[in-house]
Amino acid sequence: MKDMIRKATRHVNQNEGLIFEKSSTGKAAWKLPPLDVPEIDASKLLGSTERKDLGNMPEVSEIEIIRHFTRLSTWNYAIDLGMYPLGSCTMKYNPRVNEAVARVEGIANGHPYQPEKISQGALQILKTLSDCLIEITGMDAITLQPAAGAHGELTGLLLVRAYHHSKGKPRKKVLIPDSAHGTNPATAAMVGYAVENLKSDARGMVDISALAAQMNEEVAALMLTNPNTLGIFEQDIYKIADILHARGGLLYMDGANMNALVGKVRPGDFGVDLMHLNLHKTFSTPHGGGGPGSGPVAVKKFLEAFLPKPVVVTKPDGTLGFDYNRPQSVGRVRAFYGNFGMFVRALAYIQANGPEGLRQTTEDAVLNANYIRKGLEGAYDLPYSTPNMHEVVFSDKLQAKKGVRTMDIAKRLIDYGFHPYTTAFPLIVPGAMMIEPTESESIEEMDLFIDAMKSIAEEVEQDPQTVLDAPHSTRVSRLDETAAARKPVLRWKPTA
Amino acid sequence: MPYPTDRKYTKSHEWIQANGKSATVGITDHAQEALGDIVFVELPKVGTELAVGKPFGTVESVKAVSDLFTPASGKVTEINGELATSPEKVNKDAHSAWMIKIALSDPKQLDGLLSAADYEKFVAEEGGH
Amino acid sequence: MRYLPKSPADREAMLKALGLRSVDDLFAPVPAEYRLNRDLKIPRQMAESEIMDYFRQRSRENGEGYMSFLGAGAYLHYRPVIIDSLISRGEFLTAYTPYQAEISQGTLQSIFEFQTMICELTGMEVANASMYDGSTAAAEAVMMAVRLTGRRSVVVARSLHPEYREVLATYATHQDMPLSVANFGGDGRLNLHELENSVSSETAAVLIQSPNFFGTIEDAAAVADIAHKNGALLVVSIAEAVSLGIVEPPRDAAIIAMEAQSFGVPLGFGGPYCGVIATREKFVRQMPGRLVGQTVDKQGRRGFVLTLATREQHIRREKATSNICTNQALVALMVNIFMTVYGKVGLKELAKQNLAKTAYAAGQFARHGKVLFSDAPRFNEFVVETSEDPAAINSRLLGHKIVGGLPLKKFYPELGNAALWCCTEMTTRSAIDTAVGLVAESERSVKSAKEEAEEVAR
Repeated sequence: MKDMIRKATRHVNQNEGLIFEKSSTGKAAWKLPPLDVPEIDASKLLGSTERKDLGNMPEVSEIEIIRHFTRLSTWNYAIDLGMYPLGSCTMKYNPRVNEAVARVEGIANGHPYQPEKISQGALQILKTLSDCLIEITGMDAITLQPAAGAHGELTGLLLVRAYHHSKGKPRKKVLIPDSAHGTNPATAAMVGYAVENLKSDARGMVDISALAAQMNEEVAALMLTNPNTLGIFEQDIYKIADILHARGGLLYMDGANMNALVGKVRPGDFGVDLMHLNLHKTFSTPHGGGGPGSGPVAVKKFLEAFLPKPVVVTKPDGTLGFDYNRPQSVGRVRAFYGNFGMFVRALAYIQANGPEGLRQTTEDAVLNANYIRKGLEGAYDLPYSTPNMHEVVFSDKLQAKKGVRTMDIAKRLIDYGFHPYTTAFPLIVPGAMMIEPTESESIEEMDLFIDAMKSIAEEVEQDPQTVLDAPHSTRVSRLDETAAARKPVLRWKPTA
Repeated sequence: MPYPTDRKYTKSHEWIQANGKSATVGITDHAQEALGDIVFVELPKVGTELAVGKPFGTVESVKAVSDLFTPASGKVTEINGELATSPEKVNKDAHSAWMIKIALSDPKQLDGLLSAADYEKFVAEEGGH
Repeated sequence: MRYLPKSPADREAMLKALGLRSVDDLFAPVPAEYRLNRDLKIPRQMAESEIMDYFRQRSRENGEGYMSFLGAGAYLHYRPVIIDSLISRGEFLTAYTPYQAEISQGTLQSIFEFQTMICELTGMEVANASMYDGSTAAAEAVMMAVRLTGRRSVVVARSLHPEYREVLATYATHQDMPLSVANFGGDGRLNLHELENSVSSETAAVLIQSPNFFGTIEDAAAVADIAHKNGALLVVSIAEAVSLGIVEPPRDAAIIAMEAQSFGVPLGFGGPYCGVIATREKFVRQMPGRLVGQTVDKQGRRGFVLTLATREQHIRREKATSNICTNQALVALMVNIFMTVYGKVGLKELAKQNLAKTAYAAGQFARHGKVLFSDAPRFNEFVVETSEDPAAINSRLLGHKIVGGLPLKKFYPELGNAALWCCTEMTTRSAIDTAVGLVAESERSVKSAKEEAEEVAR
């Protein structure tokens, strides 16, 4: 089989222990300048609150730290190495100019409480990005405060609740399609809403008659991802909005899949009342191994008064400032103004693209997903034949007959030099294989991916064990997650 | 694994073995098989009043959580503390790795539960679709 | 567009392969009336050099080159250069959450080390892989205490960062979690008598910050006693992580909610920062956020995985411990590298320098103005009360390229003309002397104006 793997070749990588195992007394990677004020006696100043010992904190030199983390880094897969087809995660190229501008002195070191007079640069960035995102979504107002997508959902549902409360009744439940991401129901629970599942129809879209039947005056909102997690655009979107609006409910859009729409379709034009964006998906800020993210929430005019405080305003003298006097605001959802460093990166991305670049990006993202769909049709089961946008969901139905499941195929992809697709999600597709190439992949990279997937499908027929035992080429083989969960070892301890 | 005939079974895959007014509760071999490697069992405190059909705890595998449902109402008199450190006992022998003991408030509630044979049939049918 | 790896011919070939005439065919599923048939009204496409210029200009309008005495939950400490060189490696920067353990061991091992060092510094037994920031970590820690105790009400110290209190209030609104606030006393610390009156058998948690918003170190042991007597848990927020180098951690706490920004994370106008929750092993199943655990592979080699995931939203959905998904992994890596660089001895020496600068500054200010809350030990912040509005003094300081302390009137009206000043190892003696000089001048002129007025009156 090895000669079939064209994308990757094994090569030596360095072993490396835990940093604590390198530590010994007297090594140091730091040097402080001499004090320009008198020395102090800490025990005199702090009394019994003085700390004497820092336990097992390491003592190592600078070269050891550089090697330690460099070696660790080589054990990771990354977008910079190749295609990262995680569906719903939008693993696109993270432009380097974003990183450069985020490190410019006044932007990296601005203090959140410095006087507005010397914060005009940061305020201008907040304002310009807000304006761009409002235009892109077709909404009327925005808050940049939420720190991630789920945090945006929380903010959004707080707005929904505040709105209904202002109408006299907060309502009791939120409708969530069965294809939704787990953060949707978890968020609804945090805002005190009961969750009611909404089933999908045979096309993989919201079942309109089920929605009509479930909709009543107790429903505060529908949380809808569009395109949904199957990559399918909800064609009846305006009917959905009408059904909700007729009974006073709101349409909340989870913007996780906005990469299918930017520059081509605006949620504000198809009936959405409020939505969150993921700057770390659609707007190219790096995932960094799990964060930071940023989850701005854009709303229609009638929800503006409820936005978290403060909001950026233009003052009578033309300068920008923060407005804290927002009596109807839901309050703060985090300290300061949000993940500002991510705003800087997202704005740099928008500037690098401009209107035509963003449109082309979306077109390429959808084109790529359809190219992969075409390439894999037949080799893998396609549970929904409805046309898809920026991602496509296959299932392991054909391979399951040989006892090979989506996770096994995913692990085998690693040997072929790719990061796995998203496995076992959405929940409505048993054995789901969710693939989102994004716009960042060339034809060559996608052809390699298609070849790899087809080759694995053949392996499943001829030699399923190879797939079941994968990966074969990594530093570690499949890890014992059961043992990790039964007797959790969550920190290093010195051996006695 | 054969289902012992000295006890009754629920459609939510618990077993209950009564001895006069007290009873012992666990999950079935079919349930442990379906869950896979069990990593954690969460049980109620002794003294908790349980109502039939309501959740009394959870069992967790690496990637799933399932509620445990009360087969018959009563007060918890004892819990199997061993499972806190050795949840794998449920995988090894589900029918002896009991979870809780309860003082039944209405032993007649057991009459409505499945016999071993009926449960086996139920499992076979459930697996069929 | 320079980020897109396709030529026009490539696109043509792909469309052909799909049997489509134009790219618009791909958007056929979107009803025509919702399609945007114009350009977005956003800035035009810019060259990289133009983008750099744009942000350099914004930087010049954003306090570039000022020496600052601001702290209040965001601290300027020196960032060793290796932090940025290491986190800029694409394998860290452009990796996803480490769900696929076999190709994520780098991120996983570094998080395991992070968790270990946070435990060492806080005196707790387990720590998670990060939360959004210190404010949301504090709110989540309180919600965790509510789950652990089965009680609902929470007592919050007024000496907790006011914005943290606001965030907690937002989170608590719809969760049936009544909050009450206990005031501080004359030494700037939580008033224990008031606390005793506020805590009851209904109290799930007492939440304090130490060092608190005024920089003074709370008597966590005494607070814990009062909480424990009532069966409540002590939750401690730590906003200035460098304090852990020289200040005893609150070992009586059940949960510590930290902001680790001080450990190598740029101020960045307020974010992204790095929250962390640390707690006891027995509470781990109620802890929110991702966790990394050690295990072995099929050959018995050591490896790391995300573990205890059943607590999280993607499995437990509406019954999850929190809705948190994305965390602050890359920022946690900065923190991790910073902790590794300074280590056991360096962190202590660094904290000592902060203490020395602050002791000097507070001493100098006390000679000309009034330093409040001096009866309690403090770390690197202190409150100065002036006769003149501190905002007015601050605008004069700006002329010297110095940003003065944070006026407190907005958060604590009763403190009048008080301001919160912060010194770190980055604060120079000359900046301190300049600031003290201006405060002294202000006091003198207020005094002479007063004397003049009295003279006139006489």
